[in-house]
Amino acid sequence: MNTLLEVSGVSVSFDGFRAINNLSFQIAEAELRAVIGPNGAGKTTFMDIVTGKTKPDEGRVFYGDRGDNLLGMSESRIAQIGVGRKFQRPTVFEDQSVFANLMMALRKRRSPLSVLFFKPSQEDNDKVAELAGEIGLSSALHRKSGELSHGQKQWLEIGMLLAQEPRLLLVDEPAAGMTPAEREHTTDILREAAKTRAVVVVEHDMEFVRRLNCKVTVLHEGSVLAEGSLDHVTKNEQVIEVYLGR
Amino acid sequence: MSDVAVGPVRKPLALRFPSVMVFLAILALFTLGVTILSEGFGVGVISTSFVKTLGKTLCLCLVALAMDLVWGYCGILSLGHMAFFGLGGYAIGMWLMYARTEIIVLESLAAAELPPTPQEVSDGIASQIFGVVGASEFPPIWAFAHSLPLQLAAVVLVPGLLALVFGWLAFRSRVTGVYLSILTQAMTLALSLHLFQNDSGLRGNNGLSGLQNLPGLSEMPQSAVSLWFFWASAVALGLGYLLCAWVVSGKFGSVIRAIRDDEARVRFLGYPVEAFKLAVFTLTAVIAGIAGALYYPQAGIINPAEVAPIASIYLAVWVAIGGRGRLYGAVIGAAFVSLLSTWFTGGQAPDIRLGFYTISWVDWWTVLLGLSFVCVTLFAPKGIGGLVDLFIDRYTPDRHGADLGPDQGALREQEAET
Repeated sequence: MNTLLEVSGVSVSFDGFRAINNLSFQIAEAELRAVIGPNGAGKTTFMDIVTGKTKPDEGRVFYGDRGDNLLGMSESRIAQIGVGRKFQRPTVFEDQSVFANLMMALRKRRSPLSVLFFKPSQEDNDKVAELAGEIGLSSALHRKSGELSHGQKQWLEIGMLLAQEPRLLLVDEPAAGMTPAEREHTTDILREAAKTRAVVVVEHDMEFVRRLNCKVTVLHEGSVLAEGSLDHVTKNEQVIEVYLGR
Repeated sequence: MSDVAVGPVRKPLALRFPSVMVFLAILALFTLGVTILSEGFGVGVISTSFVKTLGKTLCLCLVALAMDLVWGYCGILSLGHMAFFGLGGYAIGMWLMYARTEIIVLESLAAAELPPTPQEVSDGIASQIFGVVGASEFPPIWAFAHSLPLQLAAVVLVPGLLALVFGWLAFRSRVTGVYLSILTQAMTLALSLHLFQNDSGLRGNNGLSGLQNLPGLSEMPQSAVSLWFFWASAVALGLGYLLCAWVVSGKFGSVIRAIRDDEARVRFLGYPVEAFKLAVFTLTAVIAGIAGALYYPQAGIINPAEVAPIASIYLAVWVAIGGRGRLYGAVIGAAFVSLLSTWFTGGQAPDIRLGFYTISWVDWWTVLLGLSFVCVTLFAPKGIGGLVDLFIDRYTPDRHGADLGPDQGALREQEAET
């Protein structure tokens, strides 16, 4: 399978603290990958680097068929070429309706002029309705997203990500604060999404990772400690010592 | 907010936003009423100077709309938009002064035996205009002052270009929040300090005056001129309102409100946030410039104090008191506060005698304004416009699909019905 994202020798320090230390790994197209690790292992910083929020001190990040270097690009450019990100805390635009949130995320031209003269076609409306169905918010389409429950906001955000049609989806702790039923649904959404694109899930919850049933990368102190199936990494002595043993 | 619904059913703008129709109807009735009561074309109940005050108020409402768009919708607290307003006024003022002085100079030179050369005419105009600052030559920025179309273009282009360059520098460096506000204050302060200098080419602290006298229309009485400007201001406000309503209605409005609420998130959706901010900043600067160009011929005089930092702060106060994030709120705030201010500072408000001290409103008005600003910020963040919600909510209480409880564990509407 082709490599979609290659992180190569990336390091970054904040005020002398090495958050990411010579991190290298690859993600293939249409792969579901879980990234686990104790607090401060650099999971979120890794996402910040890929999405352009943080500029690393050294290293390179290649993306796509042509191997574009993501490090020189702005956040919005990276998002436009197909990297979507879901934050830990659900961040939807609470003042606006579910419909408006999804419509904004829909993959369309992003320049101010084309947005100003944008008129949603029937196709766009159907697309939004379909997405709302997928995330179980069909009946809430015209409610303000601020009124939704925590779990519904998480889904709305996932729906917005799917609307962007990213090739690489970075998901930060999707199950945080969800009820068991909501977790189940979230697993389904993610596994479905990973059939057509690469999905990287950062998660604390081992049960959730087990249900995803995918390759796992363990981060520790900013670099890769182990990689493989969940059973494989949980047998690793070092992993048990730094993470699971505690 | 009542007028932010973006639904899958696209109805005409006016139907999706009934507030637009209501606003335009009220504006039309108001214009008609003032015309009927005016001295110029009506029964003469409203004096010409009050017609001018009302016309100026409409211009202030227009610049408040611009402020609401940039602050209330896009979240950029610009404290420099009155600089663009002033620049629009200066641009039109230059032509008004030039053209009127030209007529006077030509009249006086007509008595001479030889017809005057263009150089003599130009020198005559220059010494008339700039004698007050001890100069007798035209500064380079007056190169287009003879041409009304060019100066009208300047009304739009000068504020627009300044906003474009300033905004590009500020937004590109990701200056946001209070730092951006300070930067815009610095811009308007720098502009007013520059204009205060006699060699700025715009007559220093004298400013441009006599702007109420339209060149070539000396026979038309001020009572008629004031009404023409009043009508023009009303039309500009109506068109400005339609433009702003259109801008905030669709996806563009969605995106700029999203930028206001969570800029970083919008970036990760792939929108070039800086380009959007720059577009809104520049558009609103142009609207402010046009409002200024209509305001100052009614005021008759423009001087550098008009672009002092305090003017832009007042603008923000109007919008805050009126209710930001809704277009009619900005208009209500600007009209209400500026008219009240005229009343208080005009000496018409009765003083309050406390025996040991007399509260004279001319001095105490700013204190009252400051207090009401603090109170609105603390206790009624929706401003005067928020009162409209109380009215609308009484008629639209039914919200289907809403949870009956705060989370999924609570009983839902479907369950409650079965």
